[in-house]
Amino acid sequence: MMWIALALVVWAAGWGLNIWLANRGESRLVRIAVPVIFGLTLLAMWEALVRGFGVSPVILPPPSVVAQTFAASTDILWTDFRQTVLKGALRGFLIGCAAAFTAAILIDRSSFLTRGLLPIGNFVAALPIVGIAPILVGWFGFDWQSKAAVVVVMVFFPMLVNTVQGLAEASAMQRDLMRTYAASYWQTLWRLRLPAAMPFVFNGLKIASTLALIGAIVAEYFGSPTRGMGFRISTGVGSLSIDLVWAEIAVAALAGTAFYGTVAFIERIVTFWHPSQRG
Amino acid sequence: MRSALPVLTVLAVIVGIWYLAVAPMNVRVALDQAERAGAQIVPEGSVPRREVSVWTLMLRNSDHVAEGYALERPRLPTPAQVGQELWKTTGAMIAKGRPWSKRGLIYHGWITLQSTLWGFALGTLLGIAGAVAIVYSRTAQLSLMPWAIISQTIPIVALAPMIIVLSSQIGVEGRGLPKAIISAYLCFFPVLVGMVKGLRAPQPAQLDLLRTYNANGLQSFLRLRLPASVPYLFTSLKVGIAAALVGTIVGELPTGAISGLGARILIGDQFGTPLAIWSALFAAAVLAGALVTVLDVVQRITLKRMGLV
Repeated sequence: MMWIALALVVWAAGWGLNIWLANRGESRLVRIAVPVIFGLTLLAMWEALVRGFGVSPVILPPPSVVAQTFAASTDILWTDFRQTVLKGALRGFLIGCAAAFTAAILIDRSSFLTRGLLPIGNFVAALPIVGIAPILVGWFGFDWQSKAAVVVVMVFFPMLVNTVQGLAEASAMQRDLMRTYAASYWQTLWRLRLPAAMPFVFNGLKIASTLALIGAIVAEYFGSPTRGMGFRISTGVGSLSIDLVWAEIAVAALAGTAFYGTVAFIERIVTFWHPSQRG
Repeated sequence: MRSALPVLTVLAVIVGIWYLAVAPMNVRVALDQAERAGAQIVPEGSVPRREVSVWTLMLRNSDHVAEGYALERPRLPTPAQVGQELWKTTGAMIAKGRPWSKRGLIYHGWITLQSTLWGFALGTLLGIAGAVAIVYSRTAQLSLMPWAIISQTIPIVALAPMIIVLSSQIGVEGRGLPKAIISAYLCFFPVLVGMVKGLRAPQPAQLDLLRTYNANGLQSFLRLRLPASVPYLFTSLKVGIAAALVGTIVGELPTGAISGLGARILIGDQFGTPLAIWSALFAAAVLAGALVTVLDVVQRITLKRMGLV
C-alpha cells in the first residue's frame, strides 16, 4: 500500500513541478528540465508500482534491478552493441543512404524516371519491408553482412524519395538565376540544389536512422552469431533472464536516441539557414 | 494519369532485372539438382563448384541455366512463381470453396488485418488525445513532445517480445492484443504530429472571431479547430495505417505466432519454403496498398463534402 501511495505522490509532485516550471516562461532550462522530470517521474512510478503490487521480477523487473544488471554486464552489452549497432545497423545505414542519394541524383536528370520512380518509391517506403529479413539472412549468412543488407533495403526507398523531392525544391526563378550566371549543371547542383535539398535529405536520414536499428535487430531474430542485441533479447526471453533483456532494451533505446540525435545535430549545423532551425 | 506510362515502364524494368537476376542467384541450386539427376556438370561436385564464380558456371553449363527458373525451392523465385503461389493460396482457394482454409493467405491476411485495424484505432485515439493535450496544455507539450519523438527512436522490435511476455502474464489470451499494442506504438506518432499541426492550423484572427461570438473553449474546438485539422488528420492517417501494418507484421515475426502474414514469413523461413515467404510479402504489400487506397478515397469524399477541395 505504502508503495502505491508513494507512486501517486511522486506522480502528483512531478506533474505539479512541471506545471509550475512550464508557466515560468520559455527558457532553455525549462525546455530540458520538464521532459527530464516527466521521464524520471515515470521511472519512479514504475519502481514503486512494481514493488507495491509485488510483481515478480521474472515478469517485470523494477528499473533499479535493470540498472544493476546493466552495470554488472557492460561487457556483454558492449559486444552486442558492437555487433548490432556498429557493424549491422551503421554500415547498412551508410551504404543504403549513400546508394539512395547517388541514385536520386542520377534519377533526377530524367523527369521521366522521376515521375516513374516517385510513386513506386513512395509505395515501397510504406511497405513492411522488414519481412525480407529471413530471405536476406538466407542469402548473406548469419553474420553482420545480412543485417546490413536488410538495413540497406529498408532505408533505401525513404531516403530516395526524400532526396528526389528535395532536389525539386529549388524554385525555377533560382535556377534561372544560376543560368544567367552561366553555371554548369554540376555548379547548379552543388551551389543551389543540394543545399536547398538538405532539409529533405535530413528528413530521410532521420527516418532511416530509426529504421536502421529495427532492421538490424529483426534480422537477428532469424539467425545470428551468438552475440547481438536481437539474439540476446530472443534468448533472454526464453531463458527468463528478463532483467538482461530490459538492459538490452535500454541500450537499444539509448543507441536509437543517440543515433537520431547525432543526425539531428548535424542537420542543425548543415541547414542553419532553414526557418525551422532558426526559431 | 500523366505518370502512368513512366510508372509502368519502371515497373517493367524492375521485373526485367528480377528475371535476369534469377539465373545467377539460382544457378548453383539448379546445377546441384541437375547433377543429382545424372547430367554432366563442369566442374563436378557442388564443393569444387563453390570456388567458381556463378558467371563461369552459367557459361560452362549453359544448358542447365533454364532449370533455375523452375526450382521448387529457389533462392530467388521468378515473379511468375510468386504470382502462381499467390493465386494458389488465394484465388484457387476461393474456387475450391475453402476461402478460410488455414493454408490460404486470405485467413492469414484477415488475422493481420484485424490486429492492424485494432492497433490503428488505438494509435489514432492515442495520437488525437495526445495532440489535444499538447495543444491545450503547455505542460503537456513540454513533457510529452520530446518523449513522443524519443519513443519513435527506440526500436520497438526490441520491446515486442517483452510486450508479449507481459500480456500473457497478465492473463491476456492470444496474440491479438500485444500485436495491436505494437502497431499502435508505431501508428500514434504520425497521427500525433499531424493533429498538433492541424489543431494549430486556424489563424489567430479566426480564433479571435469565435471569441467575439462569445464561443466557449469546447465550441471553438468543435467548430473551428477540429474541422480545420481534418485535412492534416487524413494525411497522417494514411502514414499511420501503413505504420500500423508494419507494426503488426513486426509483432508477428519474432514471437512465434502461428497465424498472420508475419507468421507465414516466419514459418516459411523455418521450413525452407521461400515461395511462402515471397507470397506472404506480396500479400502484405497488396494489403498495405488497399488500406492506403481506402483511406485516400474516404479522404477525397470527406474533404469534398466539407467543401475543402
